[in-house]
Amino acid sequence: MNRNYLLKKIFQSLITIFLVLIINYILFRVMPGDPLQMLMRNPKASGEAVARTKALFGLDRPWYAQFFLYLRQLLHGDLGLSFLHKKPVLEVIASRILPTLLLAGCAEVIAILVGTVIGIVSAWKRGKKIDVISLSFALVTYSMPTFWLGIVFVAFFSVFLRIFPTTGMVTPGATFISEFAHMVDIGRHLVLPTLTLSLVMIGEYALIMRNSLIDILTEDFITTARAKGFTEQYVLRRHAVPNALLPMVTIVAINLGLVIGGTIQVETIFSWPGLGRLMYEALMNRDYPLLQGIFLLVSISVIGANFLADILYSYLDPRVKG
Amino acid sequence: MEMLSVRNLVTQFSIKAGQVKAVDGISFTLNEGETLGLVGESGCGKTTTALSIAGLLPSEGRVVSGEILLSGIDLLTLSQEELRKRRWKDISVIFQGAMNALNPVMKVGDQITEVIMLHDNKNYQEARKQVRELFSLVEIDPDRIDGYPHEFSGGMKQRVMIAMALACRPKIVIGDEPTTALDVMVQAQILNLLERLCRDIKMGLLLITHDLSVLGEIADKVAVMYAGKIVEMGSTEDILTQYRHPYTEKLVHSFPDIYGKREMVSSIPGDPPNLIDPPSGCRFHPRCSLATIRCRTEEPGYIDLGGGHITACHEIRGYEK
Amino acid sequence: MKETHAIRRRKAGQFMDSFRKNRMGMTGAIMLCFFLIMAVAGPLLLPYNAMDFGVADDVFAPPSREHILGQDDMGRDVLRALISGARISLSVGILSTLISMVAGTFLGIVAGYSGGKIDVLMMRFTDVFLVLPWLPLMLILAAVLGSSIWNIILVIGLTSWAGTARVVRAQTLTVKERQFIERARAIGAGNGYIMTRHILPNVFPLVFANTILVSAVAIISETTLSFLGMGDTLHPSWGMMLHYAFESGAASIGAYWFLLPPGLCVVGVVLSFTFLGYAFDEILNPKLKKR
Repeated sequence: MNRNYLLKKIFQSLITIFLVLIINYILFRVMPGDPLQMLMRNPKASGEAVARTKALFGLDRPWYAQFFLYLRQLLHGDLGLSFLHKKPVLEVIASRILPTLLLAGCAEVIAILVGTVIGIVSAWKRGKKIDVISLSFALVTYSMPTFWLGIVFVAFFSVFLRIFPTTGMVTPGATFISEFAHMVDIGRHLVLPTLTLSLVMIGEYALIMRNSLIDILTEDFITTARAKGFTEQYVLRRHAVPNALLPMVTIVAINLGLVIGGTIQVETIFSWPGLGRLMYEALMNRDYPLLQGIFLLVSISVIGANFLADILYSYLDPRVKG
Repeated sequence: MEMLSVRNLVTQFSIKAGQVKAVDGISFTLNEGETLGLVGESGCGKTTTALSIAGLLPSEGRVVSGEILLSGIDLLTLSQEELRKRRWKDISVIFQGAMNALNPVMKVGDQITEVIMLHDNKNYQEARKQVRELFSLVEIDPDRIDGYPHEFSGGMKQRVMIAMALACRPKIVIGDEPTTALDVMVQAQILNLLERLCRDIKMGLLLITHDLSVLGEIADKVAVMYAGKIVEMGSTEDILTQYRHPYTEKLVHSFPDIYGKREMVSSIPGDPPNLIDPPSGCRFHPRCSLATIRCRTEEPGYIDLGGGHITACHEIRGYEK
Repeated sequence: MKETHAIRRRKAGQFMDSFRKNRMGMTGAIMLCFFLIMAVAGPLLLPYNAMDFGVADDVFAPPSREHILGQDDMGRDVLRALISGARISLSVGILSTLISMVAGTFLGIVAGYSGGKIDVLMMRFTDVFLVLPWLPLMLILAAVLGSSIWNIILVIGLTSWAGTARVVRAQTLTVKERQFIERARAIGAGNGYIMTRHILPNVFPLVFANTILVSAVAIISETTLSFLGMGDTLHPSWGMMLHYAFESGAASIGAYWFLLPPGLCVVGVVLSFTFLGYAFDEILNPKLKKR
């Protein structure tokens, strides 16, 4: 690992985070007219109360001072108070992270594995029936709004077939005889949301893998490998696929932003108690501090994921060394 | 000893516009330890000839007729699986390593060990030992065995390609423009290396190039190709100095002489012909300053000039030796 | 310049020839035409009044002879709502794509042509927009600005230009190095003139191909925003229909006639754009051509 490359990437990520902070700040303090109104939510407040609130939130100071105040609070982990939950934003967010990680993690792993395999088969059998089928499948799932797919699944699997629960993460009011039974219950609730979220991504990953592999298969070194007398399977496995996988690393990281968008929809449909549903609730109730906190957190995690992808890429592709 | 014998090879490509007769009935032989240069403009069918022999034609290309005899066995009659097992062991190819012929994410050593392990039944350690020897042979520091292609210069990559081509001691090595993308100094080094190796190892080398000056250094025989046919073939000396075909003449004159005797560098006027519907008679006649009515209508046969020197031209009497 | 004009026209002709032979592309074009006709002519044939609520018996009435696609949670005719929604969904998609294209092309050309510090700065800014999680950003913007149809168009346009800016910049960099730019500069053409008259026509095919991809994203974005409650209640798009369907529990009642048609329409429109985009990619990208 080249140290300069690492430092450069860290520096770039920090700049991006800083720009995100600025955007985040502008979004919530400058645009919606009077931030005071948002904070007070009581039009009949006395002049003294207004002045007190102003001083409390530093709103009487110039904008740059306010920005630095905002930064200082952030550094102390102070994201403000949630209107809705009457608790610190950080605390509210922390309680919802795990279910989202579980859902998004399962969906992402399934999508990467299945999407990659479909893409490889499709590219290898280009123009054959199996390619046409998987290409159509990929294009159709890619074109579906995530939430709609979720609703259709609820209507079909939960309401019509009654094989999976509709909402939540555990059966309400149920007591479990063992930890295992508890897990099984969570698993049953997990199936449909995971399926919904991963299906939408599978299409995209399959398309990207297919194009990437088709690209690689025209390269000269593939001809070299064939000339060496290797079987098609070996050429594919040892030479083509490792090269074709490289763009996937970047795409998966960039896609994290889309996955977060997907969890908002899926968690809303399935009442999954995660960050996505929290964001929807915050949005419905115009809980701005909470919204801002969630937005900041997801932005930073996407930037972090892109940073990790860059590092991983530099390990996988020897050509990248700064 | 005769190693490779190509007889009446015809290779076509099926594309939307029709059948491209990329190689149209060529014959030549290559003996043990001999170097044959195949020269011509781009699009004349020299690379298609090489790909046909190596069995590496793309899916729209097809050998229509002819024989490719390697030590007496016709490669065209073998099954795909038999052919695959013989690849690289019988015929290996030096691709343009300076370009993209090496896998960018695989160590160069591993790209050679894998082929030794496949064909010579050796384990990884034995194969690695052999790669180190090969590296010394092509004058690369054996300690660079774990380097990646991008860490090598163009000339060094070409040496890696040569080491790879020699890995299984093949009977025939095909060099497809092995020095094209390199600068002149490196070109000379690579050519010297190839010449030495051919002599030492006694392998047959089929060298494909558009650059006649390359061949003067290294080839024993030269075949000049034009529009899918061999128009003149003979010893290197005969072709470079006693050429009888007007196309060979133009080709010789289009490169500066390596000894600096000729100073004019003239390119050949006109474009290479359309191979879907090639010109009637002699295919060179639209670009030939000596063309007569006969050249336009009647295809010239080969005239034997002795000493293996043949040419296909109606007008050779117009030339002085 | 006459000559380059002729070359461009010949290229366009070749493109149309390959396009006509591309099955996926033609399918996309036909599908898109169907939805465009539905949006333009549909409301004239089957006018729709969102305030035209039915009586209690009409609520969630299944398909019948009078109401081919049944009735919704307010007893309104689903088919009429669907047709009226087509006009709104497509308008939002087209207008926001337009904003995104203009912004992306402008920023891409200026960054690529200017080079230096301006380029670095603009591309850093673009990268931020590329990584920012797209749906949360749109939701927040919509919440902050308020849910009118114009704000939704603006929000989608303002969040989707980054990809276009990147590819346009890359293309501008290569066009910039070509000789005719040098020549134009030598005879004293100004930067603005070169950018609009020389660079823009050369990046245009790329912008066009990108328009298709962004259109697909814009339609999905509008649907999702509306579904999540950020839509304009006065202009019920397909997304709003799905919002009402979900909120009224159409899924648990089994009112598939209210649930499926708007979703299928969205899939149809997005798919037609995806098909078109895919066909263009296959025609324009030499590496993807059949071996």
